[in-house]
Amino acid sequence: MKELLIGNAAVARGLYEAGVSVVSSYPGTPSTEITEMAAKYDEIYCEWAPNEKVAMEVAFGASVRGKRSACAMKHVGLNVAADPLFTLSYTGVNGGLVICVADDPGMHSSQNEQDSRHYAQAAKVPMLEPSDSKEALEFTKLAFELSEEYDTPVFIKMCTRVAHSQSIVETSDRVLPEDKPYVKNPAKYIMTPANATKRHPFVEERTKKLTAYAEQADINREEYADSDFGIITVGTCYQYVKEVFGDSVSVLKLGMINPMPVDRIRKFAEKVGKVYIVEELDGIIETHVKNLGIDCTGKELFSNIGELSQLTVATAFGMDMPEFKSVDTDVPGRPPVMCAGCPHRGMYYTLAKNKITVLGDIGCYTLGAAPPLCALDTTLCMGASVSGLHGFNKAGGKDTEGKTVCVIGDSTFMHSGITGLVNIAYNGSNSTVIILDNSITGMTGHQQNPTTGYNIKGDPAAKIDLETLCKAVGINRVRVVDPYNLAECDVALKEELAAEEPSVIISRRPCILLKNVKTKPSLIVSESKCKSCKMCLKLGCPAISMHEGKAHIDPTLCVGCGVCTQLCKFDAINEGGQC
Amino acid sequence: MTKSIMIVGVGGQGSLLASTLLGKLLVTEGYDVKVSEVHGMSQRGGSVVTYVRYGDKVYSPIIDKGAADCIISFEKLEAARWVQYLKEDGVIITNTQQIDPMPVVTGATEYPAQILTELSEKVTVDALDALSLAEEAGSSRAVNIVLMGRLARQLDIPCEKWEEALRQVVKPKFIDINLKAFSLGYNYAE
Repeated sequence: MKELLIGNAAVARGLYEAGVSVVSSYPGTPSTEITEMAAKYDEIYCEWAPNEKVAMEVAFGASVRGKRSACAMKHVGLNVAADPLFTLSYTGVNGGLVICVADDPGMHSSQNEQDSRHYAQAAKVPMLEPSDSKEALEFTKLAFELSEEYDTPVFIKMCTRVAHSQSIVETSDRVLPEDKPYVKNPAKYIMTPANATKRHPFVEERTKKLTAYAEQADINREEYADSDFGIITVGTCYQYVKEVFGDSVSVLKLGMINPMPVDRIRKFAEKVGKVYIVEELDGIIETHVKNLGIDCTGKELFSNIGELSQLTVATAFGMDMPEFKSVDTDVPGRPPVMCAGCPHRGMYYTLAKNKITVLGDIGCYTLGAAPPLCALDTTLCMGASVSGLHGFNKAGGKDTEGKTVCVIGDSTFMHSGITGLVNIAYNGSNSTVIILDNSITGMTGHQQNPTTGYNIKGDPAAKIDLETLCKAVGINRVRVVDPYNLAECDVALKEELAAEEPSVIISRRPCILLKNVKTKPSLIVSESKCKSCKMCLKLGCPAISMHEGKAHIDPTLCVGCGVCTQLCKFDAINEGGQC
Repeated sequence: MTKSIMIVGVGGQGSLLASTLLGKLLVTEGYDVKVSEVHGMSQRGGSVVTYVRYGDKVYSPIIDKGAADCIISFEKLEAARWVQYLKEDGVIITNTQQIDPMPVVTGATEYPAQILTELSEKVTVDALDALSLAEEAGSSRAVNIVLMGRLARQLDIPCEKWEEALRQVVKPKFIDINLKAFSLGYNYAE
């Protein structure tokens, strides 16, 4: 059957058709839909793990037991899972194991644009890179065959443009692989030095065999044309090359980016003469080709920053920019903002008002860095707010303890904030940690997590109690506030910063976009009472703006959270019908 | 020949349903189709863009500057933001609705009041108050379908086919509102 699917849904379909039994992942754009879509197939057990390391280890366990398994993550998630990855390369698999990793060139929704292909090379794990949804489905199924045949985990590498682009796929039925029993095998699965020493030569030998596979594999493909140069390319870049040149230029399309063929590349170079490399981010293919002693041109023409497109390919090859019109008026930017009624806003306002230094984390609440709140000082990686705060206060001592906090979401806290909190308790810094508990993983589009009480299917699950957890690691001062109540936030913040021991403030209110959250009618500004002081604008609420000199609340956006009402000294903001 | 259509707007305005509808319709019509959008951060009230490309064989999922046959904009400032992506002989269909971005709300800058006039001097603009038409159809959320109705005038696909596709992507209880919204957009005359 023909269907229009985004690349991530096609990977999920591939998992289903390949007979996968277990999928464990942590959400992260642009990888999230792989697991969300896989969870729609009742035949696959799917879960959100607390972080990517746990997810990959779950997949490892399922593989050892003899079932096909997978995990999915964004590029930076692979950093978290790097520890199991490198040794998983040594143990190999029993049931096939596929690791889906999605890069984000251009950083549409990421804190860096690292190139995951380095991991495949460093961990000596094969990596397949589809260029559209059809290949995403086919390559995923092939990855399981390669995994079992060569006794290795296999990467499926996605990027934003393949993960989030819909194209036509051909679906087929699910085929269950034969059951592989678990047989105890310490030499393969217990990676003590004595055993690992014997597995490393296996890994090197495997790479040789996989290189031999790459020499004849159909997923690497030569498309010869009558041209005086040739292009080696991969993934979404192949589409840009074809868009520009059609069938007029010789192309070597690599479907498998690690390991890369040797003889085939030599032969291609001999046939085409001049070789160009078109790849996004780092010059991985280029380095390989140059190491073979073949002259080629790649990063001289194509930036290693951001995404490529058919236009960057065309202009690099000397073609003219197309004509286009633009307006002379300066078009104001439209950055993403925290939603009207976002529960983070009240706490951020309190922090900004008190001029607190705030170490931030990864999630919707990173948006608090933008004007007018400007409430954040740092954002590094998942969990770094808590551990960073400890270091900040160890370095700053009394100078910083009373005026510095960190903010971290509930899901991010479970991901890797908890270990930082253990460090605060154990190594004793007088730090104040604020958990922004909106009862969901927000930024990636509402995934459940261990604190929400529901699993990936929306069924009831064990609910981790944050208060008990924080107390258990040794924090005595744990209190819960409602971020819609500015006075309560202010008192809690001042008291916990003044306390002579570490504390945790849980700022708790569910995300306003959750279906089960009831909103209130829009608030209304009384024009006669409004003195145009613009205090309400300090919240950065998208529902509030100035119209003809007076504050105005957009009734289609306002959810009646009432935070602005608390800021208005003239009682000008009221519930509908009261003014 | 590959056709390129961009759908632009503000996160939360319903461009996802519009692109789903268009994608389904074009697949049914037998075209090769690619639809590309960016999820995540940009959904939170930021500027959003979806690329839809169709033809006998489509390679790239994205649209570059000077390459769009048609840009459908859910908000007039967004039409100006993306105009560079329009082909010289392309058409912009835009909703006349104004949604202030945060730098305007905070007073850091002003909303350019004459933006539509300037845009119309440079390129072919088909502007309509899609919000009012959507409200007339029965829901302010149907802005996306009003604009799809307007787009239908630009594409060589019969309205009955649009209706069939609409029935596939919209819940039955909302179908009447959406059919009316589509028709109001299609038949709108200044």
